[in-house]
Amino acid sequence: MKLSFTRTLIAAAILSASATAFAGDITGAGATFPYPIYAKWAEAYKAKTGIGMNYQSIGSGGGIKQIKAKTVDFGASDKPLNPQEQAESGLTQFPTVMGAIVPVVNLDGIADSQLKLSGPVLADIFLGKITKWNDPAIAKMNAGVKLPATDITVVHRADGSGTTFNFTNYLSKVSPEWKTKVGSDASVAWPVGTGGKGNEGVANFVKQIKGSIGYVEAAYAKQNKITMTQMMNHDGVFVKATEETFKAAAAGADWEHAPGFYEILTDEPGKNSWPIAAATFILMHKQQGDAARAAEVLKFFAWAYANGDDMALSLDYIPMPASVVKKIEAAWKANIKTMDGKAVY
Amino acid sequence: MSKETPPIFAKKQLLIDALFRHTTRFFAFLVFALLAGIILSLIIGSMPSIKAYGLHFIVDDTWNPVTEKFGALTPIIGTLVTSFIALLIGVPISFGIALFLTELSPRWLRRPLGIAIELLAGIPSIIYGMWGLFVFAPAFAEHVQPWLKDHLSELPFVGILVQGPPMGIGMLTAGLILAIMVIPFIASVMRDVFQIVPALLKESAYGLGATTWEVVWHIVLPYTKIGVVGGIMLGLGRALGETMAVTFVIGNAHNLTASLFMPGNSIASSLANEFTEADGELYTSALIELGLLLFAITFIVLSLSKILLQQLRKNEGRES
Repeated sequence: MKLSFTRTLIAAAILSASATAFAGDITGAGATFPYPIYAKWAEAYKAKTGIGMNYQSIGSGGGIKQIKAKTVDFGASDKPLNPQEQAESGLTQFPTVMGAIVPVVNLDGIADSQLKLSGPVLADIFLGKITKWNDPAIAKMNAGVKLPATDITVVHRADGSGTTFNFTNYLSKVSPEWKTKVGSDASVAWPVGTGGKGNEGVANFVKQIKGSIGYVEAAYAKQNKITMTQMMNHDGVFVKATEETFKAAAAGADWEHAPGFYEILTDEPGKNSWPIAAATFILMHKQQGDAARAAEVLKFFAWAYANGDDMALSLDYIPMPASVVKKIEAAWKANIKTMDGKAVY
Repeated sequence: MSKETPPIFAKKQLLIDALFRHTTRFFAFLVFALLAGIILSLIIGSMPSIKAYGLHFIVDDTWNPVTEKFGALTPIIGTLVTSFIALLIGVPISFGIALFLTELSPRWLRRPLGIAIELLAGIPSIIYGMWGLFVFAPAFAEHVQPWLKDHLSELPFVGILVQGPPMGIGMLTAGLILAIMVIPFIASVMRDVFQIVPALLKESAYGLGATTWEVVWHIVLPYTKIGVVGGIMLGLGRALGETMAVTFVIGNAHNLTASLFMPGNSIASSLANEFTEADGELYTSALIELGLLLFAITFIVLSLSKILLQQLRKNEGRES
C-alpha cells in the first residue's frame, strides 16, 4: 500500500511537471467566427514547431474581457476597438483574416444568388417596413422573377455576435433610419423577427421557415447550401456572393489610412466588391510583462501570415494581402514592447 | 461494550463523536455560505444596473444594448408564461402516470415504465432542445399550429394567443418542450409518495365501496399532499431555470406580445445568449440583475408553496 502511494505521488509529480510544459503553449480567447482557421493554423504550427496554441472561442465580448484581465496571451474580436478604446485599455490590435456576411432566404422557386436586394431595401425589411415578398421595392429590382405574396419573417442572431456588429454596421451605412432607430452593435434591439443562436441557429430557422430572411457568415451559407441573395454594392452594381467579390471588397479596404487598424469592411467601394465584408482582429497588450511569451504569439501569427493562406482559403476565409501583412508586422515592432520599452518582435 | 472499558477509551469515542458532529455540521452550513455567497455576488454585480434603472427595470420592456436601455419585463413574462404552460400540461399528465403506476398498472409493467420515466429525467436538456428545434418545431408548425389557428383564432380572449405566422418556434413550443422535461420529475416524485400511503387506509376505503378515483382523491392525495406539492415545485424549479432547451425553441426576441405563437425570451435564455458578448458595465450588470430576479422569482415561488402547504394543514380535519 505504502509503495503504491509513493508511486502515485511520483506519477502526480510527473504529471504536474508536464502540465508546466503545457504552460509553454500560447493561449487566446475570443471570437467564434475565426475559430476554425485558428484551430487549423494551430494544428499545423504545432506539427512544425512543437508549440501549441490553445484558443477558446467564447465570443468577441468575452475575448475583450479576458485580454483586459490578462488571463490570456491574446484576445480575439470581430468588432475592432476604435483608436480611443485602444489607448484607454493599453491594447493594440491587428487583423488576421477576412470573411463576408451574406443575406440568406427561404423562398419557393427562387434559386441561389437569384434574388437581388439593395442595402436600403434590406434595411427596410429588417426594420419591418417591407413585410411582403412581392413588395414593389423588391419587385422593382427583380424584373422577371416571380415573387410570392407571402409574409417576410426576419431571422437574426439571438446571441451577441461580431457578425451582427458588421451586418448592422452595413445597414447603418446604407439606411439613415436604421442608424437612428437601431444602430450598430454586437447585439441590437431588433424591431422585428426571431432570434437563432449562432450561425447554425439562424441558418436552421431560415431553412425551416418559409418566406424567411436571415444573415450568416458566407462560409456557413456555402457549406450548408442555403439560398443566398445578390446585393447591390457601393458602386450600384449587383454582385453575387463569391470568392472574387469578397476578395474585391478586401482589396478595397484602406488599411493604409486606418489608425490602429480600425477598419470596418462594409460598403467598400469598387465595382466588383461584395458590400458586407468583415475582418477579424487580435488584441494584445502594448506593454508585455512576459516578453518571451508575447514573442511566441507574434511568431505564431507571422508564421500564419506567411504559410496559412491556402488553409484560410480552403475554409472560405480571405487572407490578408501581403502589403497589409508588412504593415502589421511593422506595427508590432512599433507598438508591442517590454516593460523597459524594447520591441518584443 | 463491557463495564470495564477504560475511561480513556470512552473519551476517545466521545472525541470522535464530537468531531463527526462538527464535520457534518460544517458541511451543512457550507450550503448557507454558498447561498449567501451567490446572492451577495449577484447583488454586487447588479449594483450598477440597480442604480441606473431602479425598480423601473422590472416593468420596462425595452432591451436595447446600443443605447444601453434595459428592462426585464419581457424575459420575466416569458419565464413565467412558459413555466405556467409547462405545469398546466405537465402536472395532469404526471398525475396520471403516477396514478397508473401505483394503482392500476399490472405488476410486471411497473418496473419498465418506472425505469423509462427515470431515463427521461436523465436526458440532458440540450438533447431536448435539439429535438425540439429539428423534429418537434417543424411538425408542430406544419400540423398543429394551423389547426389551432383555424379553430381558436376566432374565439374571444383565446384568439389573441394564437396570432402570428405558424413558425413552429415561440412561447408555446418552449412551454410544451418544458412540459415534456418536467413530467419525469413530477411523475417520479408523485409515484414515490403515492407508494408510501399505508395499504390499510386504501384497503379500508376500497372496502367501503370507494372507486379507484375516490380512493386517490380522498385518501391518497390528502395523505401525500406535501410530497405532491414538493414534486410540482421541483418541476417548476426546473422549468423556471431551464436554459438550453428553451433557448433553442423560444425564438429569442425581446418582444412583448400576447400571442403564444410569437417568439419571446426567458431570463435564462437571455443570459445564455447575451452574456458572452456583453461589453460595457451596464449591459453585463443588467444581465446579472436578470439572474438575481430569477433567483428572487424562484424564492417567491418556493415561499408561496410553503404557505400553501401550511394553509392546507390548518384546514385538515375541518371537512366532513
